[in-house]
Amino acid sequence: MVEQSDVRVVRCGGSKINFRPPIISTDSRFLLCASGDSVKVYSTRTEEWLHSLQGHTNQVTGIALNPANHLQVYSCSADGTVKLWDFIDGILIKTFIIGHPLFAIYVSEKHEGIVFLHIVMDTESKKEGFQLVAVHLPKSAEQEVEAKELSAVSSQISPNPSCTAFGREGQYIAFARNLQLNVYFFRKQKTYSFSLKATDKKGAKNAFTCIACHPTDDCIATGHEDGKIRLWRNFIHKKEYTYSTQHWHHNAVNTLCFTPEGTNLLSGGIESVLVQWQYGAGNRKEILPRLGGSILHVSTSSDGQLFCTSHSDNKITVIESSFKVCGVIQGLVKGDAVLTDLMIDPRSKALVLNGKPGHLQFYSLLRDKHLYNLDIVQQEYIYEAGLDQFEVVKAAFDRKGFWLATVEERGQKSSDLEFFLKLWAYDESTQSFVLNTTITAAHTDRIISMCFSSSEETTMLVTTAEEGQFKAWCQGVDADTEQDQNFWSCDFVGSYHNLKPTNCSFSADSSLLAVSFQEVITIWSPDTWELLTTLCQPPGVIRDLCFGQLSCSKYLIATTTENLLCCWNLLTCALEWSTSVEVSKLQLDPLSENVAAFSYQSEHTDLFVFKPNEPRPLFSHKNVCSEKIHRAVFVPREEPLNSCDESSQWLNRSQLYFLTQNMDLMTFSTATEEDRLLSSSRRLVIDDSVAVTPFYLLLGKHRQQQQKLDTPSHPAADKPQQPQGSVTITELLHTPAHVLPAASVLCSMFVSSLLISNTGVQDPLRKEMESSEQEMNGEEEDSEEEMEACDSQQELRAQGSVDEVTPKLSKAQERELKRVRKTDFSWMAGLVDSKP
Amino acid sequence: MASFKPTKVQFLPKLGEKVTEETLYWKNYKSPVQIKEFGAVTKIDFSPLPPHNYAVTASTRIHIYGPHSQEPIRSFTRFRDTAYGGSFRGDGKLLVAGSEEGLIRLFDISGRVALRQFAGHSKAVHVTSFLSDGFRVVSGSDDLSCRVWDVPSAVELSSLTEHTDYIRALAPSRLNPDLFVTGSYDHTVKVFDMRSGSSVMTMQHGHPVECVLLYPSEALLVSTGGRYVKVWDLLKGGQELVSLKNHHKTVTCACLSSVGNKLLTGSLDRHIKVYNSSYKVVHNFDCDASILSMAIAPDDEALAVGMTNGVLSVRHRKHQKDKETLTSRRRRGPSYRVFVKGKNFMPREDDFLVSKPVKQYLRKYDKQLKSFEVSKALDTALQTWTRTSKPDVTVAVIIELNRRGTLKNALAGRNEESLTKILNFLLKHIFDPRFSRPLLLVGDIVLDLYQQVFHKSPVVERLLQRLMDVLGREAELQQELLQVLGILDTLFASLTPRKEVAALAAPPVA
Repeated sequence: MVEQSDVRVVRCGGSKINFRPPIISTDSRFLLCASGDSVKVYSTRTEEWLHSLQGHTNQVTGIALNPANHLQVYSCSADGTVKLWDFIDGILIKTFIIGHPLFAIYVSEKHEGIVFLHIVMDTESKKEGFQLVAVHLPKSAEQEVEAKELSAVSSQISPNPSCTAFGREGQYIAFARNLQLNVYFFRKQKTYSFSLKATDKKGAKNAFTCIACHPTDDCIATGHEDGKIRLWRNFIHKKEYTYSTQHWHHNAVNTLCFTPEGTNLLSGGIESVLVQWQYGAGNRKEILPRLGGSILHVSTSSDGQLFCTSHSDNKITVIESSFKVCGVIQGLVKGDAVLTDLMIDPRSKALVLNGKPGHLQFYSLLRDKHLYNLDIVQQEYIYEAGLDQFEVVKAAFDRKGFWLATVEERGQKSSDLEFFLKLWAYDESTQSFVLNTTITAAHTDRIISMCFSSSEETTMLVTTAEEGQFKAWCQGVDADTEQDQNFWSCDFVGSYHNLKPTNCSFSADSSLLAVSFQEVITIWSPDTWELLTTLCQPPGVIRDLCFGQLSCSKYLIATTTENLLCCWNLLTCALEWSTSVEVSKLQLDPLSENVAAFSYQSEHTDLFVFKPNEPRPLFSHKNVCSEKIHRAVFVPREEPLNSCDESSQWLNRSQLYFLTQNMDLMTFSTATEEDRLLSSSRRLVIDDSVAVTPFYLLLGKHRQQQQKLDTPSHPAADKPQQPQGSVTITELLHTPAHVLPAASVLCSMFVSSLLISNTGVQDPLRKEMESSEQEMNGEEEDSEEEMEACDSQQELRAQGSVDEVTPKLSKAQERELKRVRKTDFSWMAGLVDSKP
Repeated sequence: MASFKPTKVQFLPKLGEKVTEETLYWKNYKSPVQIKEFGAVTKIDFSPLPPHNYAVTASTRIHIYGPHSQEPIRSFTRFRDTAYGGSFRGDGKLLVAGSEEGLIRLFDISGRVALRQFAGHSKAVHVTSFLSDGFRVVSGSDDLSCRVWDVPSAVELSSLTEHTDYIRALAPSRLNPDLFVTGSYDHTVKVFDMRSGSSVMTMQHGHPVECVLLYPSEALLVSTGGRYVKVWDLLKGGQELVSLKNHHKTVTCACLSSVGNKLLTGSLDRHIKVYNSSYKVVHNFDCDASILSMAIAPDDEALAVGMTNGVLSVRHRKHQKDKETLTSRRRRGPSYRVFVKGKNFMPREDDFLVSKPVKQYLRKYDKQLKSFEVSKALDTALQTWTRTSKPDVTVAVIIELNRRGTLKNALAGRNEESLTKILNFLLKHIFDPRFSRPLLLVGDIVLDLYQQVFHKSPVVERLLQRLMDVLGREAELQQELLQVLGILDTLFASLTPRKEVAALAAPPVA
């Protein structure tokens, strides 16, 4: 990426959390899932996002709990590393460098110190050559270790990671590809393979889709493309294997999972129904329907009390063993395509786009959190492949967020088009939108675009349709009944020479309506519905249309399909300027005059930001990404930045987000913003641990005093700084609570470290007393430390300083204290000075 | 986890009359009580005193009915010829009536024999009335004269002969004992003042006047005649305020409801129209025969209508009380007490309320759809009651099945009986614009599915033949309509001024 200014493109939020199966920690308190290039940790109780484990430089492709230590987790990534984390505190313990892109990770209790990984086969000839390899992780104290000890297990691996599973007590590993099931026995070092016919007489499709092994029994469950589940037994003998079939799913089984005791088998597929089969009881099953999107993964906690399913709509559902949903973690829903534009809800400032089928999702960009789904279609969703579903294709908010207009459509493929225009009113009491009017036949053909008028008094909606008409809709009084009703009705129907309208836009004060008909832009007065003027600049059909804002409101900007960006002056009705640039998306900043244009040329997209009154771009950014950009939105900032840098000034009041064709949400961020974020995140760490207590107030005062003395001019003096007064204290606060000695032990040490010692005039007797006391403390602490669980040792390694402290605490403490005293002394002096 | 979302039955606006408060008010009458009289009912008058008995003049007798009786509680039969215009005095104790032979008779309500007879008119007296002092009677006759009689002495006080045709309408002023209004077949309405002894105001109605009516404030005067109802402003010297033409035959009678001063007019076209204060028709009653007379009781308790075929039809107002007693009787069962238990408990301030989860009740077809039983769901939706009284539900289920892609499965494998049901439903509703789209699809699928076996059942074949006829007719009609639209377009195009062609794009559509 060309770095030409301090504005840079960053990926922001809303990454997939359903890419790989989520895992639940042994104590059932945490839920971990791979999300983009980090691992996210959620609480299973509150469904809140706690923190993320960041460190990988590419997509995280697999996570697995360390079988040797239940507080640690392995993660593997496409960047070729396996990392070991302490997931409770978010500390990276170790990095193993494998050197190949990794695609899945498996661990087994029996094979300690060995992880099994999916890597791409070295031979470049085959495209989908995946290999299962066992990697012996070297034991060394270093942070970064190269693990080169690879041994291939098999090369007949399906790219789907759910097609590989460990058998009973890690004795064998089963993996399937296409129509072949392979079982590799570690003891015999042999692979048995069983294959099925592609189809049988009844038209069944037998390809394997997933595998699960029974934890205590020699049984392998396999899911198939036609929805069958086969239970394989007796596969130890190559010839005499048997299988039984169970069939409930009507489409491919996506995932299978045995409960830890092996009493039940869980399965899920596109139907979004979690099925629980009783093991060994034939067809007895329990179902949990309507969970959301289709189920991609199922996993259970190690005590079998919790299940979690991850769904195609970027959601993780936590389910109790009594088959009740107890929690939902929802990410930004990414469908196949965003049909509606990206929009901003004027009330909550949330990003609005289509989410799960038939819904609009409200997503808070600030907190990177899914707020809620608004059900637009209000129909039972039928999970069936190839069924033509209703989709929300258009949506628009009015300026104040009182009204929402949506268009849902069905039958895009066939000729039988059905669509509804719906208008939703915001309800203060429920804090949500409530359906106000449904218009069944708003137009005779598909609605192309719609927009609300932006005036304060009256709201008006204008829709344009392929039939060649545009209609204005008003909420208002029906003349016939003389009753004040709140429903919307058609106010005006307009057309222009039977041309197909393409776009419509209201001016900033709603005194003008511009509707583009192919190459012609018509300007109407919404008060009288008079055609005021037409503007035309052939060749090329108008693609995008917008009025200028604020001081540039006399300008009208339009882009055409023939690579032309035109700007008209509406006072003179003359073309002000035009330039030849291929613009794929034109986006107006509602808070300033700026207009952003994404231009797609020769395989990459450039961004230009300009003001309509001059044809010179204010800011340009080459090579934003390599795809065409069709969706972008300006999001108003909570508090405006005050950067004076000319190139980033346009980002002061609002932020530009855009969506690439891979459905990645990106934004532009400035250097000052990143600085602020960084400092705030640093601050957050301390803020978490130090609540506002009298103690903190003391520290805070301390810090302020010190700051006055030491650093008269700090670069970011306006922001609160972390209290850095006492190293001991920060250390104390940073060390995980479970490795610390008991609070009663710590207390006296802590308090003494806080004492403002009069080093200069300290009488020796008192010093002696103090040191002996500390020695006692140190001994006590040592014994405490030994009583702690042994496996905390490993975490401690990560915390170097604490590690040093543990064996010879008294000495270290003395050193600390000396340092503390030194700093304290200067502060003391300041205090004495200030208090004559 | 979301719960099952039931099939959405689309609410489609009903074509035709809009339901307003007015219509609800005027619809709130019980079905009419029909009483057969001996001849055409020419006049109905309610007693101003409760219990608001009413006098019905028909043929040679005047009957007085109680508010709820269907038999006359009193009748005056001493007329030799047809009686006309029986009307009460302000205290409801005396009744005056004219007759074909020209005699005017005065009756005591409790007596049987006429107390007074006023003789003087040479022709039939069609309208009689007391003046508001109660001591004088005014009458209008076919001998073109209008006379005022003194009740105690039974002498004629004055005779006014300003009209040039039959006098068939009369309305005394209630505020001034010397004023009355007459309407005549000479197309005029005249206001007479007894103090001056002549007319003080004359208004040209333009048609033979059948009825005149004064508003309670007496600032407005209503006259009916021909197909017109005209309202005059007396304070502006008899200026015409509004002229209404809502009937298509002669308007014979008018009256005012006491609630909200709504004007009601009855006509020979068998309709009663109710106008609101801005003279828009808000409701319409239909009767069996041409209406000659009409009266409404104080508080709109009853509406009595007399018709040419001698039928008196009385509508009584429904009361909320009746309904309540009905429902409360139903609720008085023991189940109610179980049902209400704990419902009237008022939580105290520090109580923590736990709301009970509401159970979702599904309709039968929804339950079947939930378990993917598509054929059964369609059967349920096609049950006779649903099919006939709620076709929108049936169509909603069909749409839902189509959305699920299982409409074909649901329609397949049916026997003659159920196929007949479907075809009958199609025949009835296929050209309803609200339903035609899904139903045409159903028709297509049925044809596809049963093509091979149609000839085996004559019943189905006949139905299909009918369906084809219906669709053919509908197609022709649509084509004709399009042609008319084209003609209209050219007409409109030629009418619009050439200069502003660009400005006027299309007329606004409400």
